[in-house]
Amino acid sequence: MSLHFIQEPLDKMPPAVVPTQPVTLNVNGQDQTIQIAPWTSLLDALREYMDLTGTKKGCDHGQCGACTVLVNGKRINSCLALATVYQGKKIETIEGLGAEDNLSPLQQAFVDHDAFQCGYCTPGQICSAQGLINEGRCKTEDEVREHMSGNLCRCGAYTNILSAVMEVLHDGQVVVDNGTLVTIPAQPTKSSSVS
Amino acid sequence: MNSFTLTQATAADEAVRDNTSHDGAAYLGGGTNLVDLMKYNLERPSHLTSLGLLPLTDITTLPGGGLRLGALATNADTAWHPEVEARYPLLSQTILAGATPQLRNAATNGGNLNQRTRCYYFYDLATPCNKREPGSGCSALTGPNRVCGVLGTSESCIATQPSDMCVALAALEAVVRVQGPDGERTIKFDDYHRLPGDHPEKDNTLNPGELVVSIDLPAEGYADHFTYLKLRDRSSYAFALVSVAVGLKMNGNTIEKARFALGGVAHKPWRDQEAEKMLEGQTASPDLFRQVAAKVFAEAKGYGEGSLHNSFKIELGKRAIVRALKQATEMSQVVNPNVFLNSNP
Repeated sequence: MSLHFIQEPLDKMPPAVVPTQPVTLNVNGQDQTIQIAPWTSLLDALREYMDLTGTKKGCDHGQCGACTVLVNGKRINSCLALATVYQGKKIETIEGLGAEDNLSPLQQAFVDHDAFQCGYCTPGQICSAQGLINEGRCKTEDEVREHMSGNLCRCGAYTNILSAVMEVLHDGQVVVDNGTLVTIPAQPTKSSSVS
Repeated sequence: MNSFTLTQATAADEAVRDNTSHDGAAYLGGGTNLVDLMKYNLERPSHLTSLGLLPLTDITTLPGGGLRLGALATNADTAWHPEVEARYPLLSQTILAGATPQLRNAATNGGNLNQRTRCYYFYDLATPCNKREPGSGCSALTGPNRVCGVLGTSESCIATQPSDMCVALAALEAVVRVQGPDGERTIKFDDYHRLPGDHPEKDNTLNPGELVVSIDLPAEGYADHFTYLKLRDRSSYAFALVSVAVGLKMNGNTIEKARFALGGVAHKPWRDQEAEKMLEGQTASPDLFRQVAAKVFAEAKGYGEGSLHNSFKIELGKRAIVRALKQATEMSQVVNPNVFLNSNP
């Protein structure tokens, strides 16, 4: 008994023609040129074309905030952004905020306050909190809660996320956004809050 | 998502030419609604005219004292613009009551006007929806319809316009300036969105190819007596079940001028000019507010009882009007209502 294919085997079909074009994005201070289609999201460009997998894909619909990055210092959902139209802008991801041996104040505060469990939402939380600080609008816990409402945490680490953000706010690290990329200088590691 | 081509226009006339020269083209603003709809295959444009490079991001004072909001200014930049905060705090607070910081940083003013409904059935490709597929039927008439409208509905559609910002723009009597293949024209805000009637697939009165270039605010911003009351299922990042934007001019306890609009109840921001007139020249009082609320909802139609259906919006809407008018006359709302929007006054 022989098998009969009603469709040509895949290896004999011509490859699909995807109309890609070179797109240059400035990410974490460096220009990178990638070859992408017009429908490639900024999130996919970062993760699949630039190997910057710190930015996470959660809902892919702008509801969870896991994909939050900073564009010209302002936080956006990279899943709803088409990468092509972000040429010429300064994009900053979690990888650009600090390094393993030189954490940013927010990164360090998240460690100090145990502001995560599984960690999946954390890059988005930190980028969003950095955007909140850049905006310079929030002072109280209620204001921070409201202005972090675009970032969901399935583990429910909200209490510690809030305390981490509040600590950095209270350290006077508020940077007024002037339309340019803002990075807060790293601080020395803080000791535990246990006295 | 379907495949498409994309052009980045640098001027409004160039954008209109690009858009009208491609079949099945759409304008791309901030993308927060359109890209999402494309991921659901609810919108399938074959071409996108990107507006990101258009010089329409400025907010400028108009000769008569009004304020021009560029169509490509983001919702966040608009809400936090010093002129908007000082002279149109109703608009500022209304914008901040919607979406999330990330969305407001990308979403544009023009795009806010053109966002589609969040009716469950519009998003569910497995169910009939006249707005998505004309002639297929309306699943919301009998299905769970908690988010749907009770005013100006039709048997074809009971979807609501979801914007917060538009509710304030209706109360402020904004004017939408559009550019199309035949030049420029202005549309009064009341005439911009439409009721569903037999054509719920049409959200607004734009002609093919027309592009919003600015939203113009009149000089009066009601900065002394205003409120935006938004009632929703959770205290942040949720669409309004019922919302009320109020702007008043007061002389002592007498209401000299009243403008208000409702969100979450209709296919467009709902204004009732007869109800507004009932307030003018009158002394502010709970009885008056209740009469006005009754007038607004006199012809309301609910579509089923219980928590899954929307008849509750009629009583909720009346109470929201009374409370919002009280807050605006007394300016008794908490100073930063985007934080404490749902706390009791």
